[in-house]
Amino acid sequence: MDSAQHSARRRGPLTWVRGGGLTTVVFALPMIIIFGLFSVWPILRSVVMAFQETNLTGTAKWAGLDNFAWVLSDPDLPIAITNTAYFAVLALVFGFPIPLIGAVLMSEVKRLKGFYTTLAYLPAVIPPVVAVLLWRFFYDGAPTGVFNQLLGWIGLGPFPWLNDRLWAMPSLVLEATWAGAGGTVIIYLAALVGVPGELYEAAELDGAGIWRKIWHVTLPQLRGVLFITLILQLIATAQVFLEPYLFTGGGPNKATLTILLMIYNYAFGASLGSDYGAATALSMMLAAFLAVFSLIYFRLTRSWSQS
Amino acid sequence: MSALPTRGNRRREPLVPGDRAAISSFDRRRPTVRTAMALINVVLFVVLVLACFGPLFLLMKFSVTPTQDILRTPMALFPNGVRWENLASAWNEVQINRYFLNTVVIAAGSWFFQMLVCTTGGYVLSVLRPKYASILNALVISTLFVPAVVLLVPLYLTVLNPPLIGHSLLNTYWAVWLPSAASAFNVVIITRFFDSLPREIFEAARVDGAGPFRLFWSVVLPMSKPILGVASVFAIIASWKDFLWPLLVLKQPAIQPLSVRLPAIQAQTDLGVFLAALAISTLVPVLLFLVFQRSFLRGAGMSGAVKG
Repeated sequence: MDSAQHSARRRGPLTWVRGGGLTTVVFALPMIIIFGLFSVWPILRSVVMAFQETNLTGTAKWAGLDNFAWVLSDPDLPIAITNTAYFAVLALVFGFPIPLIGAVLMSEVKRLKGFYTTLAYLPAVIPPVVAVLLWRFFYDGAPTGVFNQLLGWIGLGPFPWLNDRLWAMPSLVLEATWAGAGGTVIIYLAALVGVPGELYEAAELDGAGIWRKIWHVTLPQLRGVLFITLILQLIATAQVFLEPYLFTGGGPNKATLTILLMIYNYAFGASLGSDYGAATALSMMLAAFLAVFSLIYFRLTRSWSQS
Repeated sequence: MSALPTRGNRRREPLVPGDRAAISSFDRRRPTVRTAMALINVVLFVVLVLACFGPLFLLMKFSVTPTQDILRTPMALFPNGVRWENLASAWNEVQINRYFLNTVVIAAGSWFFQMLVCTTGGYVLSVLRPKYASILNALVISTLFVPAVVLLVPLYLTVLNPPLIGHSLLNTYWAVWLPSAASAFNVVIITRFFDSLPREIFEAARVDGAGPFRLFWSVVLPMSKPILGVASVFAIIASWKDFLWPLLVLKQPAIQPLSVRLPAIQAQTDLGVFLAALAISTLVPVLLFLVFQRSFLRGAGMSGAVKG
């Protein structure tokens, strides 16, 4: 804006208007207002709020690092960090190989590829709330629960699913993987289409079999996409909210309490009252961690990609 | 099924990207590979149908099953008949009709504001290109890198007490529509598409006397229908899926969308009726997906490319 006004003054406002400067501003206005009000301003505000004591009733007070100290001394924080990390690791173990294997297999199949693609993406279009509520019903711990009855046919179970400390988190991750795998499959399939056929032919001339072609051509060609989906998945799972909130509310016995659930409880949980300062402080710490983590990750993967 | 419509005629030319994968046509003639491929086909078919369609099928079945049957014998196929009344009572008595309408209104408004912001914004960044375009671009792109969690509380407080507007947007649809329009992802994909349009056409339109508005409305937008389709599908589906934000800013049950009402009504709703409500809520996104598959899958592939 500044530079435009500056140059306008130099050339005179009339020439600026005649040259279309004003119309350009009219076109830019929706973006400036919307992003300014609902993106840039809140982001800047959160930086200030993390250092303030504020609950909307009184005026905000400068609190220095109190919010951070208070959050860091919360006995729930180590539990939430461990749970979130556990969720992320499990989501990686379930959610990383399955779409990759699925996409590679689907790209080799010629005739039914379109049908498989549609099926694979189907869970991703089901509203997440519906998916979670439906799975919560499937996860019924009674022997007549849907999953327990299904598994009972092959002599397994009944399992407690969401009602047990050990079972709860893997149950959450299983549903999240089901809901998320389709989107990842589509991304991999798009990348697989981009693998040049010449590379496979060159490998064949060198006498490579199918496995070696997949290992030495397909997977290395996907490396860039794999690195990116991996970090995006980690960033997303670090902010997991819907599954623990709707499945278990953080239970049983805090076994599924995640960082985002803590942030939500600080700011909007009725029993604790509103502690916006603590919530933003924890959000900032999580964001800072993710930023540092991503930087290190990209540094590392860049050196791997080059070697 | 129509996801790759051009594949059939591509197959003849050997070195088009995507024409072939690791297994060559020579490999395919080997009997072991043939058997393995047949096996893979069967496994993929069974696993995908069971895992991806199975839960949806169960949901459809339960939505017309009497509650007693759902509880006692969930896997039996209608031992005591079909109960279509589940759907009717979900729609009328549980007021899914009202929440459905709320969801449609929220999605329509979010769509409108997202389109308004990303098309005009993309037009400025890509076609008009004033001197401050680089600053705007940098600001928009930088918001892509801020994780959603950072925005949650300050955005809530902004909606509660917005600058310039003066009164709270809480419990109004503006509180959902306007923040959803600040989607950097949309602006990026639209700007990239506008960038790929031939400049000569803009010049020709200008020579013919088209002003910036005319150029935008009659040239740029009609040429951008495919990408606008992708962005529209994304906007509507994202709005249909959204849960946490409407939960925070729409406190009155009467104006809440399905995603917020469904968990709330679960406790006091008959199980069969509740599952019918879930099925109704799933219907629109699934139908949209089946009809506009290509836009969906293009968009899903694109989200990987843009974020990367």
